Amino acid sequence: MLIFRHQDGTKIASPEQIQIWMKQTMDWIGGIAAQNKFVEGNGLPFDDAKVVWSNKVVTNGPFGEVKETLGGFIVVKADSVEEAVEFAKGSPVLQGEGNSVEVRKFSRH
Amino acid sequence: MSQQELIPHLFRSEFRKIAAVLCKTFGIEHIEVAEDIAGETFLSALETWTYKGIPENPTAWLYTVAKNKAKNYLQRNKVFAEKVTNHLKNSPLETNDVEEIAIDLSNQNIKDSQLQMLFAICHPSISTESQIALALRILCGFGIPEIANAFLSNKETINKRLLRAKEKLRAEKIEISIPNEREIEQRLETVLTTLYLLFNEGYYSETEDKVLREDLCAEAMRLTELLMENESTDLPTVNALYALMCFHASRFPARKDEDGNMILYRDQDESLWDQQLIAKGAYHLKKASTGSKLSKYHIEANIAFWHTVKTDTKEKWENILQLHNILLQIEYSPIAALNRTYALAMANSKEEAIAEAEKLQLKDNPYYYTLLGELYTGIDNKKAGSNFETALELAKTSADKEAIKEKIRRLLH
Repeated sequence: MLIFRHQDGTKIASPEQIQIWMKQTMDWIGGIAAQNKFVEGNGLPFDDAKVVWSNKVVTNGPFGEVKETLGGFIVVKADSVEEAVEFAKGSPVLQGEGNSVEVRKFSRH
Repeated sequence: MSQQELIPHLFRSEFRKIAAVLCKTFGIEHIEVAEDIAGETFLSALETWTYKGIPENPTAWLYTVAKNKAKNYLQRNKVFAEKVTNHLKNSPLETNDVEEIAIDLSNQNIKDSQLQMLFAICHPSISTESQIALALRILCGFGIPEIANAFLSNKETINKRLLRAKEKLRAEKIEISIPNEREIEQRLETVLTTLYLLFNEGYYSETEDKVLREDLCAEAMRLTELLMENESTDLPTVNALYALMCFHASRFPARKDEDGNMILYRDQDESLWDQQLIAKGAYHLKKASTGSKLSKYHIEANIAFWHTVKTDTKEKWENILQLHNILLQIEYSPIAALNRTYALAMANSKEEAIAEAEKLQLKDNPYYYTLLGELYTGIDNKKAGSNFETALELAKTSADKEAIKEKIRRLLH
């Protein structure tokens, strides 16, 4: 699983810029799918996001550093962690300084 | 029309109707009796019409003879008649008297029976290739030699395949009916897959017989129309598949030259494209865009729509690229991966497409090397040439080989 962590794009970029990112993301995912390595994926919009704390207190928005909020994920088929890392390196998310793609594997299939 | 032309013509249009109605009346386990009676009806026509001339209303004549033959068969075979009356219990045709078993060859019952037979034949328990063969035989009235020709196979193989499929239909006791609302979506998926493959069989067939190829496509379209004519199966995915067929079929007149050689898309004379079919496709694509389900037929129909726009614009190729990006996420196929990479070259750049193409590694696919050859053309003609050579070695059909040779010739000039 490739997990994207980045700022809420709608807060820092113009609609035109977001459209460019969208295209880059679609092309990137399409490239993985064209190798028959794509499983699934989804974006996680920031609006309406809530956090439920241990004392059942509910707050708005994701917590943590702004650059570390979860923006989406995709699941890929990879023979090794190295291969998954290569896929991750192509992610357009990484154009933003401080953004990251976390590579994790599933414990069960 | 002379008798020599008329009987084959009627066989093609009426055999399937008689067979479907008889099979629906008798039950799936008697599919062969239905087929035989329908076949004998045409033998009678051949014998009688030769001496007495063609009757005033040949279709009505066929229906009357088919009914009589069915009745005779029921009277002669008590065991069979009993099975059929049992089968008809709990149906609107319920009867205990052989005399009363009605063979209803009205337009409505013909349509209903054919639609129900379509679902019975396209049953998940039967292999896809058997479904296609059975559909061609029972629902399209194709002869065994024609089916063999379409599959580039021989009569014995097709006969065996049909027999096995019919055994399976009997063993599974498959009901001839339209599935209920709960099941229909799942069952429809199998039906659509078969119709999609039947169409492709015609569209990409390697058989030399041009008429046969177009017939296969026309039959696939006719059966899809059958689904659209019924309210419970006139669903968005069905319309999407039909739109896809219309867009593809619109290019039929432009795809081959007089000698039967394939004409590449970009060299086609678009004035030969059938604008009426394109408009029909657009209508059904619009009808398909209701509901929330986005099927691969929706995506493929949209791609096919963009291909009916001949002028290369940035917008066109960007749309085709994005549609392929989505299509590949729904369902991977090597051909979609290759087409996506071509669209990437047209929408973004050849350099980017080459980098992506190298990752595909479809090493035994001739089209992979054709694509690489195309992409390297103008960038590294030597590499382009060697890729075309590899494609030529791997190509299986003479049409493909000719197309690649043409590309090599163009590269050298």
